[in-house]
Amino acid sequence: MPTFVYMTSCDGCGHCVDICPSDIMHIDKTTRRAYNIEPNFCWECYSCVKACPQNAIDCRGYADFAPLGHSVRVLREEDKATISWKVKFRDGREKDFVSPIRTTPWGSIKSPADYDRPNAADFKSQELAHEPDALNIETGLPALRPDQLKQGVV
Amino acid sequence: MFTSNPFAELSASIAPSVMQTYVIFMIVLVVGGTLYDILHKQSARYFFDNWRKVKDKGAKQVGGGQMVSLTVRTAAVEVATSAEFCNPQRRLAHLLTMYGFLAYVITTLAMVFWYPTPATPAPALVSALWYIGALMVCVGGYWFWFFIRVDVAAEGNSPFRIIRADLFILSLLASATLALVWAILQSAGSGLMDVALGLYLIATTVLFGSVAWSKFAHMFFKPAAALQKRVEEANGTRRNLPPPADKPATFGSARRLPRHY
Repeated sequence: MPTFVYMTSCDGCGHCVDICPSDIMHIDKTTRRAYNIEPNFCWECYSCVKACPQNAIDCRGYADFAPLGHSVRVLREEDKATISWKVKFRDGREKDFVSPIRTTPWGSIKSPADYDRPNAADFKSQELAHEPDALNIETGLPALRPDQLKQGVV
Repeated sequence: MFTSNPFAELSASIAPSVMQTYVIFMIVLVVGGTLYDILHKQSARYFFDNWRKVKDKGAKQVGGGQMVSLTVRTAAVEVATSAEFCNPQRRLAHLLTMYGFLAYVITTLAMVFWYPTPATPAPALVSALWYIGALMVCVGGYWFWFFIRVDVAAEGNSPFRIIRADLFILSLLASATLALVWAILQSAGSGLMDVALGLYLIATTVLFGSVAWSKFAHMFFKPAAALQKRVEEANGTRRNLPPPADKPATFGSARRLPRHY
């Protein structure tokens, strides 16, 4: 099921509006709180659920895989670099998970703007962006030589 | 000017009893509007139903003494310091507006009920706090209106776009601004002071009369919601959220503090 906002907890900060990749989290004109304007377009990516500082957004799983009466809640603690999940089933079972948000230090990833601009000749090459270095193949990309081809094949 | 009581000067043309009746009427409007809001939206029913559900699901029971402690902590932290706000600018703007409004309202009550005429001069501090309170409301309120409001900051709308959610902040800013304008015009003996007074009264009546349709009542509902959050932390339900992680040492890749928001 798509995301929904607990209006009593929401304080209208707008973080979910900023982070939603579908641009479907917006601010209600009457209460100035967030709400999902188009649940049909929701991917349940959980970006807004994780981004909300008040944990005011929840998402109910589809009934074909998540039994009724369940609860899936996530707590993202950026200062501790952890993301914790709590899954509750209606028979009382609970499962807790804690994972790191990332396995590399903050700020260690090169952003797209930090790379050199591609030149026009690169577009004619068979290699994709950052290849072959990004493939981490020390011996280089394997390539067929003409003498390896079957006779008659160009 | 900032130590003069504008209501004492007004008593020459409007009797103190009329002013006092108006203030009492505003208080009745706030109480009535809040009660109507609660009954119409059934928010009290939802709140207490949720309270009972949470109490039944809790692993730990919250006793009377602990309840008092949680109430005091909610009042001291979430209410007094607006601690729920994560954005420091938003928090500061809210603190300015909140304490400014409190100073402005309490000193208005004091001046209208205890020092209504020139024969009963108000202490300089009381009069000064009225001006300071109104100024604080203006500083915090206009800062919020033009720069911090989520419609402008996150949605990218024009700061001059007005929606129903703006009823409270606009009427509050109008009331505080017109109060200052009226007091300044009155001390200057300007002929426009009656116009300013009329507009001030309209703005104030809209502010207190629109409680059922504006966000005014959040000053009662938000502390209740903050207390409920603390109770849920104390009894272990935590709104089904996982507990705070205890594994930073294992997972700590936070070599520098992220500043995404």
